[in-house]
Amino acid sequence: MRKIRIQEEYCMGCRLCEIHCITQHSKNKNIIKTYKGTYSKPLSRVVVEEKGYISFALQCRHCEDAPCLDACITGAMYRDDKTGAILCNEDKCIGCWMCIMVCPFGAISRNLQGGKIVSKCDLCGNEDIPVCVKNCPNEAIVLEGK
Amino acid sequence: MEYVIIGNGVASQSAIKAIRESDQKNRIIVISDESYISYSRPLISYFLGNQVKRKSISHLNEKFYEKNDVELILNNKAVKIDLKAQKVLLEDGKKIHFDKVLIAVGGKPIIPEIKGIQSAGVFNLLKLSDAEGISQYLKEKRVRKAVVIGGGLIGLKTTEALMELGIEVTIIELADRILSASLNKKASNIVEKALKNDNCHLYFNNTVKEIKQKRGRVNEIVLSSDEKILTDLVIISIGVRPNGDLVKDMPIKHKNGIIVNQYMETNVQNIFAAGDCCAAKDLFAEKNRLIAIWPIAVKQGRIAGYNLSSKKTLYPGGFPMNSVELCGIPVMSVGMSDPKNIDCEIFEEFKPNKSIYKKMIIRDNQLKGFILVGDIDRAGIYTGLIRNAINISSIKNKLLKNNFGLLNLPETYRKDLITEKEVSINVY
Amino acid sequence: MAKRPIPTEFIINRDENQCISCQVCVRMCSNDVHSYDSETNEILSDSLKCVGCHFCESICPTHAITIKRSQSEFKMNANWSAGVITNIVKQAETGGVLLTGMGCDKKYPIYWDHILLNASQVTNPSIDPLREPMELRTYIGQKPDKVHLNNKQNKLSLNSRLSPQIKLEIPILFSAMSYGSISFNASKAIANAAIQLGTFCNTGEGGLHKDFYQYGSNTIVQIASGRFGVHKEYLEAGAAIEIKIGQGAKPGIGGHLPGEKVTAEIGRTRMIPSGTDALSPAPHHDIYSIEDLRQLIFALKESIRYKKPIGVKIAAVHNVAAIASGIVRAGADFISIDGLRGGTGAAPTVIRNNVGIPIELAIASVDQHLRVEGIRNQVSLIAAGGIRSSSDVIKAIALGADAVYIATSALVAMGCNLCQRCFTGKCNWGIATQNPYLTKRLNPEIGQRRLVNLINAWSMEIKEMLGGMGINAIESLRGNREHLRGIALSDNDLKILGIKAAGEA
Repeated sequence: MRKIRIQEEYCMGCRLCEIHCITQHSKNKNIIKTYKGTYSKPLSRVVVEEKGYISFALQCRHCEDAPCLDACITGAMYRDDKTGAILCNEDKCIGCWMCIMVCPFGAISRNLQGGKIVSKCDLCGNEDIPVCVKNCPNEAIVLEGK
Repeated sequence: MEYVIIGNGVASQSAIKAIRESDQKNRIIVISDESYISYSRPLISYFLGNQVKRKSISHLNEKFYEKNDVELILNNKAVKIDLKAQKVLLEDGKKIHFDKVLIAVGGKPIIPEIKGIQSAGVFNLLKLSDAEGISQYLKEKRVRKAVVIGGGLIGLKTTEALMELGIEVTIIELADRILSASLNKKASNIVEKALKNDNCHLYFNNTVKEIKQKRGRVNEIVLSSDEKILTDLVIISIGVRPNGDLVKDMPIKHKNGIIVNQYMETNVQNIFAAGDCCAAKDLFAEKNRLIAIWPIAVKQGRIAGYNLSSKKTLYPGGFPMNSVELCGIPVMSVGMSDPKNIDCEIFEEFKPNKSIYKKMIIRDNQLKGFILVGDIDRAGIYTGLIRNAINISSIKNKLLKNNFGLLNLPETYRKDLITEKEVSINVY
Repeated sequence: MAKRPIPTEFIINRDENQCISCQVCVRMCSNDVHSYDSETNEILSDSLKCVGCHFCESICPTHAITIKRSQSEFKMNANWSAGVITNIVKQAETGGVLLTGMGCDKKYPIYWDHILLNASQVTNPSIDPLREPMELRTYIGQKPDKVHLNNKQNKLSLNSRLSPQIKLEIPILFSAMSYGSISFNASKAIANAAIQLGTFCNTGEGGLHKDFYQYGSNTIVQIASGRFGVHKEYLEAGAAIEIKIGQGAKPGIGGHLPGEKVTAEIGRTRMIPSGTDALSPAPHHDIYSIEDLRQLIFALKESIRYKKPIGVKIAAVHNVAAIASGIVRAGADFISIDGLRGGTGAAPTVIRNNVGIPIELAIASVDQHLRVEGIRNQVSLIAAGGIRSSSDVIKAIALGADAVYIATSALVAMGCNLCQRCFTGKCNWGIATQNPYLTKRLNPEIGQRRLVNLINAWSMEIKEMLGGMGINAIESLRGNREHLRGIALSDNDLKILGIKAAGEA
């Protein structure tokens, strides 16, 4: 099961992870078009927390015993058999925010652009390495597991 | 060996999955008095308001029962459990043998004594059949106005659904505010304002004393204040109580729910209960307590299932929690939300022009509950603090800070969370 | 006029088509060069503050930034260059001594680039390093005059007692960079790389941090004139001890770590109060003659029971050969010679650029002198000061060194671009700083990886060059001047280096 491990002592607070996450989840996946274009940018699924010189990038932990799976009343939250990642089927989500209420990491956000659905890390589906991990310049987030 | 599960809600679903994790051989028989495969009760109001399609109400597919080798008996109500003969008696006379029983019958709506309540056009909204009945009624008659009796969670979700359909709604509430079970006046006010903006009418400290009909259908209600309100539809949503019909005359202990121990077993051996019909361990109170919330039912059903299949598992205890969006305003209440007689520290933030209200309830240096209206971002972090009983004396004043995040938490707890050490994430 | 602005050194070119105003450069620059204007959603850059470290350029996700040298040009003047004018302006402004970091950047001849290597051809076949064993291992320490062997029943064994040696798997060590001048993470990367490569690092003047005692078996502990962090456990922790008399970047003067860089941890390691300047005096105040040095060397040898080599580090100055000879006779096991191009965290610019001689000349003359006196075997020689590539390593060894120290190359491997502002403590790469916001940027695991990569690459190249010369052991190259030829050098240079001219047989 793939997981992203956080090494907060190496996080520089550059937020390149957020930038690449936004780019990856945009329509064109091109960083310049995404940022300079006319469409609104998607949300970053990585939350970067900063306090003084301590910082780290946090995304959904894809927990083994995920509280969001139990809390979802529509079945939109499900676990991918192949990667073990917890994914959200946006077509089923009705924006009741039960998952936000139970996630102890606060890793799920409300996406209010367009409809009312949640936004969270999907381990970048088809990529072999999630883009936040690939582009972190200091290996503050690393991929573990298969 | 035969497992018999009475009830086909999410507790039942959860139990089936749990049993089948270790026991693929023995029979599982599910008895339901409804006509459908297991579906999500909380989605009923969304279905009524056309926000969710009929096929999406259940997240199981038809093959679930086949794949898990479950015999599903629909449209048949279990009326009695014969402990001596070890048989469950059904409405149509059939007798099902059991070795272990899980009672997961959920709740029943509270029907008040109102004159004229039998009129056509008066509905509950608890089951899918209720929603289908209302939809049918809406198709046949022209409904412009509706009255919802009860301003609790179900009443408000019903109101949302009706407003989605373009119906003008009036809510009659006994207390002085909506959502009186979970919110205080300040928080309720924010939602009440939004409702009024959407042309919804609210009556507080009032009840309905008579429902009048005209040409066989409901057309007017009379309040206890004698005021009359014209209406084409009445939905009763005063509340739900645990369905105790089955255990009424049995030696199974029940009081405001079937009492279960930490293994979800009743006082009668091999009889278990889970979900909206039972009162299980409450994480804060000394007594058992019914908490009729979806994730609790999921958890309880799963643990009951483990214990049914002889995999002894403790139920860690739960606490109330609910999240819903009304008129575009998210409302969340978790844990102890309105402590009256208990010595607590309260931290509040009220920004009515931004529709924001926040309240943190702290006792013995632990977070025991919170209410969030309007801004619910990362609320789960607070839930985690409640669940793990973390000592927050050092950060009490910072809880309501902007951008409150993991970095504001006590350092060792935060580091354990991030590196996923011992902190148990699944205690409800 | 009273205020005369100092011309900008660098100009920041921002390609507006590429810039996405993501603000990564704004967040990352420790010199506050970039700022975000929320009204126009644009990034503004104040080129005056730019030191040319290239951190923003390397981290920009769309490669929108290019750092160029300032285009503001003075009238062409071969004598009064822009640098000379700027220095005078700065001193007129401040009245202060100009400080700088890293090594001498002036245009003196670089002898490495005037020395050519031999290759074997017809008469002496070359060796293929991928097929045949090639030994880069060498030992630092005193070698005996002669060796006595026992022969018992046709089994030979050694009858002489050897002086203590340290074993290097490759003839490259990490030179002295004190914890204080560089960050904890940088030190950790270097120490771990030394262990992984089978070589050694050097504590410099900063003492040994308690977390680094675990690396002691691959550390040379230094005793400098300030005696910072020197105590019993320190001496016992290292694999060898080096008495620092001088340093190539600033011969004749002491060291200086500004108080801003002396944090609580550094204060504890150096045994001084935090926030105070760590000043090393120019001489060791207990070494005023060569006899004093001999006394100190033997006191140290006694204290560690003669179990480890004791060396002396000197700067390459005019009579370096005579000094080296004296040090040998004082009982040292190795001598480290640091040339003109040696780096530093902070030194007065005028000293760094004008004092000392190039290491190429120093090593050649010391090696030659000690051979003539018949005492060359009594010490190992380590050459330091601007070793930039594997070819420099080979040439240094051929000129007479047993091994080389590298420091600048190691820092460049970890990110340094030689902006020469180490003394400000604002190193964006997290190397020459103690600022916790900045030190995070150097992930010791990545640093270690890059150092090991560099040295492994050089090792491979060294083996290729050795093989090309028909040699299969680095020790066979030591002092082997026949394999070198000078090009475009004067007769005198050739004489001092002890090599023939290219084209000579």
